[in-house]
Amino acid sequence: MPVKTANAVEVDHLSVRLGDVDILRDLSFSVPLASSVAVIGPNGSGKTVLFRALIGAIPHTGSVRWAPGTRIGYVPQKLDLERDLPVTGRDFLLARARLASAPPSAIERALTRVGLAPDILGKLVGTLSGGQFQRLLMALALLADPTVLLLDEPTAGVDEPGQERWNDTVRRLQTEGVTVLLISHDLSVVMRFATTVLCLSRDHTCFGIPRQVLTPEILAQVYGEPVGLFVHDEHLR
Amino acid sequence: MTSISASSLALSAAMAVAAGLIGSFALMRRMTLAADALSHVAVPGIGVAILLRVHPLAGAVVALVAGAVLIWALESRTRLATETIIGVVFSAALAVGALLTTGEELMDALFGAPSTLSLVELVAGFVGAGSVILFVLLARDRLILMFVSSDIARTAGINVRRLSLLYLLAFAVTVALGLRFLGALLMGSLMIIPPATARRLARNLASMLAISVAVALIATLFGEWVAARLNRESGPMIVSVAAVCFFLSLASRRAPGV
Repeated sequence: MPVKTANAVEVDHLSVRLGDVDILRDLSFSVPLASSVAVIGPNGSGKTVLFRALIGAIPHTGSVRWAPGTRIGYVPQKLDLERDLPVTGRDFLLARARLASAPPSAIERALTRVGLAPDILGKLVGTLSGGQFQRLLMALALLADPTVLLLDEPTAGVDEPGQERWNDTVRRLQTEGVTVLLISHDLSVVMRFATTVLCLSRDHTCFGIPRQVLTPEILAQVYGEPVGLFVHDEHLR
Repeated sequence: MTSISASSLALSAAMAVAAGLIGSFALMRRMTLAADALSHVAVPGIGVAILLRVHPLAGAVVALVAGAVLIWALESRTRLATETIIGVVFSAALAVGALLTTGEELMDALFGAPSTLSLVELVAGFVGAGSVILFVLLARDRLILMFVSSDIARTAGINVRRLSLLYLLAFAVTVALGLRFLGALLMGSLMIIPPATARRLARNLASMLAISVAVALIATLFGEWVAARLNRESGPMIVSVAAVCFFLSLASRRAPGV
């Protein structure tokens, strides 16, 4: 008798309409526990909208069912913060730690896991670089010991070494059994990282393992133009 | 006005603490326009209350709570639409209020009217101020997360809609507390200028809240004292003192990156 794999989330006939525009139409997919899903698609295809629908931030039809006991860590793409707002890294992390009833030591551990020095605690969050701020958001997400991470283009605007550090962090979390959903424009990262790819575009959605989905034909359909990605077998596991 | 009673002074101090705290989060939320407009909505409430021969403050509270719920209901729409609607609706409310009230009553509603406090007013005032202060202190962590990112707050298990409503109601109560001392036209300023001053000087959230409360207290108590000495209205004096604090803070320069 086949054993049914437990899913972290099951999405059934999900549709989102903003104003007069259908952003997501009748989307159904399941994410197995401890898997890594990369969400790809051109700008405006509804990737961030999908994440916001998954966390219940925007009205939608259809259903989103999370596994019982799911704790979500969400790292948004960018936050529109004023530079001179007197909120430090410590203020930010301490607020989350207290809500999660995590001890103050959890903050240091979270910073270590994302590769941030403790001096970040005294800095205003509005003055951090893009990469530092993304890692602070990741540390914030990790404070509640999440079972699922939603990462919305976490390395956009981050330099090459920063991206590598970020990818290492995510890989470590994957090995610890955290389910990861990642929005990315970097198809080489998607190839290395994802066990499954969900592609979104106006006329075409697909869901499958990278080897099946990331073909020149499907990518051309998704992005509306030829996409140069050479898939080498050594990247596929 | 030539003398200030101790109970009135104590109530104004409690009001200032509430204004300094709740205003700090209004600044974080970038709702200073809405905050100022919301305070104006008290005027038609006062006008209707006078027509119906009930306590003016009761009318103001009803109007303010209705205004807070209106902002809350509009929040799910786009930011531009919300600000436009707030600008139109609350300016219209001020106009209608000005038509309903006349002469001295209008001036009292706009600029405050310190009069002898009844026991009921005093108790209601302290309960209101105490509730707002307690709310901010207890909900502080949730408010920080919600104002930094409502999506992160949601994933942290915070009921964003409910917290947002509670915050706006606390805001409305604080405006109501200030009507007697500053009036509907100037109360918004006491909730904006002290936090704006604190933002210039503070190095973290705790110091921002502390400085904001301190500036609101200094402005209120010193403003009332000077107004009494010079036989002037207290509201304009309080806001003037707060504005002086803000301009002095412009001279300071926070260490870069701190």
